[in-house]
Amino acid sequence: MTAVIDPVTSPDAEHAVLTVRGLGVTVRDVALVRDVDLTIGPGERVGLIGESGSGKSMTALGIMGLLPEDVTATGSVRLTGVEHDLIGADERALSRVRGRDVAMVFQEPMTALNPTMRVGDQVAEAMLIHRTEPNRRAAQASAVDRLDRVGLPDPIQAARAYPHQLSGGQQQRVVVAIALANDPALLVCDEPTTALDVTVQALVLDLIVRGVTARNSAMLFITHDLAVVATVCQRVLVMYGGRVVEAGRVDQVFTRPRHRYTQGLIGASDLEVVDSRGRLATIAGSVPAAGSFPVGCVFRNRCNHSTELCKIPPDWTGPDSANGFACHHPAGLSNV
Amino acid sequence: MSEPQAAISVRDVTRNYLRSRTSLFRAAPSVHALHRVSFDVQPGERFGIVGESGCGKSTLLRILAGLDQPTSGAVLIDGTDISRLAERKLRFLRARLQLVFQDPMSSLDPRMRVRDIIAEPLVAQGVGGRKERVTELLSAVGLQPDAADRFPHQFSGGQRQRISIARALAPRPGILVADEPVSALDVSVRAQVLNLITDLVQDLSLTLVFVSHDLSVVRHVCDRVAVMRDGQIVETGPIQEVYENPQHPYTRKLVSAVPNLRRALAGTSAADLAAASAGFTRGEHV
Repeated sequence: MTAVIDPVTSPDAEHAVLTVRGLGVTVRDVALVRDVDLTIGPGERVGLIGESGSGKSMTALGIMGLLPEDVTATGSVRLTGVEHDLIGADERALSRVRGRDVAMVFQEPMTALNPTMRVGDQVAEAMLIHRTEPNRRAAQASAVDRLDRVGLPDPIQAARAYPHQLSGGQQQRVVVAIALANDPALLVCDEPTTALDVTVQALVLDLIVRGVTARNSAMLFITHDLAVVATVCQRVLVMYGGRVVEAGRVDQVFTRPRHRYTQGLIGASDLEVVDSRGRLATIAGSVPAAGSFPVGCVFRNRCNHSTELCKIPPDWTGPDSANGFACHHPAGLSNV
Repeated sequence: MSEPQAAISVRDVTRNYLRSRTSLFRAAPSVHALHRVSFDVQPGERFGIVGESGCGKSTLLRILAGLDQPTSGAVLIDGTDISRLAERKLRFLRARLQLVFQDPMSSLDPRMRVRDIIAEPLVAQGVGGRKERVTELLSAVGLQPDAADRFPHQFSGGQRQRISIARALAPRPGILVADEPVSALDVSVRAQVLNLITDLVQDLSLTLVFVSHDLSVVRHVCDRVAVMRDGQIVETGPIQEVYENPQHPYTRKLVSAVPNLRRALAGTSAADLAAASAGFTRGEHV
């Protein structure tokens, strides 16, 4: 943390929108997420990638204070414009922050929306709760305007529709409209387009990027799809076994990965490279259940390069938490 | 007919569903799920069907598997028209054509042991020697023999999909129909399952029908592809040709709307994908 910090790739803590330090998520005695450091500056789009079971969603829910009953978070989560630490804050304080300073877009729009309420009222509600619109009439008018801006055809009619009357893509547009209603400083997206068709996915991704760019908001984008992250984000964090194993600029991480897990992920998602028998590159085995990851390097039981040394947890190599990797036998010849 | 008999021949198939009546005086409105669909799949061919939700691919698969009947048109499997056969006459089809579904958790009975799941098609067919066959199948799909005693929930998503494949292969089918078999899987596991399917199709000389929304996955697996939209085939041809030089505007849209790592690193943004998929961009403030 003492080395020279590049202002382009590492936002300084002073101007950061989101500063996460040593975030841990634990259920009973099992650690789901360990020691996550993350800083996002205004206008920055950061991806969080990894397979299911790697701890991405738990990290997001930990930041939002939305963890299930018996799951606890430790560490520190600071958000610009909020006086207190989000970790350990009570529910009243958190609900003032959620929807105003930080908003979230989930994977399934149908479960995120209230099926018994007209979508216009749901957008208006977000503004009324945080008093960003003075009264119901103004909020309703503003809601129609928001629905128009997310590209719903005939927004006045759409505002009167119930969620089931809209298609999946239209529902997700409504969720984005609600999330952006109060111009949040931070938008967290958890697999927002995984449930959508490819042509609709392209439109919703574009909508999200334009929304955060126009507000100069910070964005944390969670997905298992490397191509989506490369399209949408500037920086990326790779998670495995509840830890960040590699981080850096998207072009660097995806063209010159250092951690063997990142290298494996990129290889397995490339459908254009096959061996002489027409087979794709794979990572051996599958993601272990939470709490069954090996001691030391969490990836060593699936890694071709693991040695005795990997039984000791690898240190972070790199100038700061936004750039570097944690691997004893990194890919690439020169050790930066 | 001088050419060799097709494994699957779909001829001018239309399927209409009737909606519930809205008026006493008018006929019930109907929905065209499939409209005049025709294609042939030759023995040993790997045929892909690509399309988005609502394009009719599920209806088409149900008809291929004899689970539904077309409103008009015919489906020939090895030369036999199955589209008008009664359920009890479809026994040959159940041995000849088998299905693998998208979500292994909902297509495997949670209360049955893996042994019984894999043996079930054999029980239905009245085939003997089931114990040996189950062990053989487990090793063919890369699972340990002790997997037979366990239940589906004890396996990961990729392993469950291996179990579905083992069950499909049990009656030694000649035709394997896979409906989005890797869409619910993580990338590293997706590569493993795609490799398994490629190997099995080759080793067992299967005819493969592979349905997916992702043209790049189909490009890896298949020789030929049909692109479907609104119940019709809009383009069909060798996969390499269709992928590299799509003729129909909808196919072009599908090819360019899929995020691609190489293109993204070369500078393709979300706005570019959206422009390709909508044909225009709405550049205003969101």
